Amino acid sequence: MATEAFVTGIGQSQIGVRLERHPLLLTIDAIREALDESGLTLSDIDGLSTYPGKTAAPPGYSPVGTEDVMDALRLPIRWYSGGGEISSQLGAIVAAVAAVKADLARHVICFRTVYEAAALSRPQDYPQPRGNGRIDGFPQWVMPFNALSASNWIAQYAMKHVKKYGLTREQLAQIALTDRKHALLNPRALVREPLSMDQYLEARMISDPLCLYDCDRFTDASTVLIVSAGDALGDVKCRPVRIAASAHAAERYSWDQPDVMASYATGRELWKNTDYQPKDVDTVQFYDGFSFLALTWFESLGFCAPGEGGAFIEGGARIALDGELPMNTFGGQLGAGRLHGFGFAHEAIVQLRGLGGDRQIAGDPKVAIATSGGGPLATALLFARDM
Amino acid sequence: MSGSRLLPQLGPDNRFFWTGGADGQLRLLQCEACDTFIHPPRPICPTCLSEAVAPRVVAGTGVIDSYTINRQKWHPAMEVPFVFARIAIDGAPGVILSTNIVGSPVDAVEIGDRVRVVFEQQDDVFLPLFEKVG
Ligand SMILES: [Zn+2]
Repeated sequence: MATEAFVTGIGQSQIGVRLERHPLLLTIDAIREALDESGLTLSDIDGLSTYPGKTAAPPGYSPVGTEDVMDALRLPIRWYSGGGEISSQLGAIVAAVAAVKADLARHVICFRTVYEAAALSRPQDYPQPRGNGRIDGFPQWVMPFNALSASNWIAQYAMKHVKKYGLTREQLAQIALTDRKHALLNPRALVREPLSMDQYLEARMISDPLCLYDCDRFTDASTVLIVSAGDALGDVKCRPVRIAASAHAAERYSWDQPDVMASYATGRELWKNTDYQPKDVDTVQFYDGFSFLALTWFESLGFCAPGEGGAFIEGGARIALDGELPMNTFGGQLGAGRLHGFGFAHEAIVQLRGLGGDRQIAGDPKVAIATSGGGPLATALLFARDM
Repeated sequence: MSGSRLLPQLGPDNRFFWTGGADGQLRLLQCEACDTFIHPPRPICPTCLSEAVAPRVVAGTGVIDSYTINRQKWHPAMEVPFVFARIAIDGAPGVILSTNIVGSPVDAVEIGDRVRVVFEQQDDVFLPLFEKVG
């Protein structure tokens, strides 16, 4: 039987905007923290995984690739992977799980480094690549119609919820408001100011029904999780957390053809891959690059029925730190910053290890879910502290 | 709404779609063996795997499946607000076209509204936009 896969060390750089620190050094800051926590050393690391690999465009979207990390640190890598053609940001962790289960690597550093705020402020260093000015692939079906932002694409799905199920702005606001409340308790969070319902309702609209506070903003940071093989935990000094299940499924790969986003099929798939059930989950860390995505994850994973997400989070008590299903306890991307998927997995581990400090949920949490993606992209990870 | 739009790179798969409007007709790729419409266009039918696929003129009408009103200026030259919508195309089951709704105030657009295609030419591309019917 294949070994189980565990998260050992986790790490995170400072989170900011327009940081001066080199993005590779931010990545190494996060790696250092993860190694310190786990007790592992660079010589133990034989795998690297990232999403979406090094890209020139958009500037700062992914300025650090596996090649940079493995050569900068002279890592003895046996397996590595970095690419966008995977089930979304957390797909990089799924790939690492597969690698350690197949004994292609023992300890895999998984990282996501974002640098868009810094890159936009320093166009001389991070220029917009010049092509022939034409677009192809999926963007050709939306961008000629001036839908240049994913907010426009997601807003189409959100509007269906408004019109079909009666989702209100007050209901949707609970994602952003809860994120902000939790961000106030996270010393590293990007946004550490409270947000009131009045402020939310008065905010300018970006793409109806999404307003300014429903959209994350460019952030500079790096987040790391080390995925380790279950039979390689002898030298690990932190409390390992098992990656009990993962899932991806989609109706088809498209941002505009399917009736619903891939989160729904992915949510159903996750519960096929584990004996755990929704009632066992102590906390959820749901992708919220746009607030509506987090709402759909509640529906997708069966915490409520499709269309009932608005009512489920209404008032915010249920998803608060002391609620029955605490959500985005680090502030999510709307509060902590656009860590692009990896922040959710990082926080799941923080909570299951009891390291949340002021934001630690009560009791002895053992099961957490982290998700990433939107549109056709979706990954769900179920973490359990049970071995 | 006008101004300079980002335009698609034309190639063997998509040229018929983006230039079809030159004669005022909306064209979608269809399987000649089983009639499945294929969008985005690819050189094979997903239903029967036939490679006999060809552009077919469709009615050019449809129904608004969903929409959003974009209010953010994503670049200084962008004119806002505008409606970005998805249209379920009549006679082409399963095909959705993302587009703009033109010719009516942004707050006069609703899911379920009937629309018809109007083409806007920019360089060698004929963009299928839609306007409300009636
Ligand atoms: Zn066919």
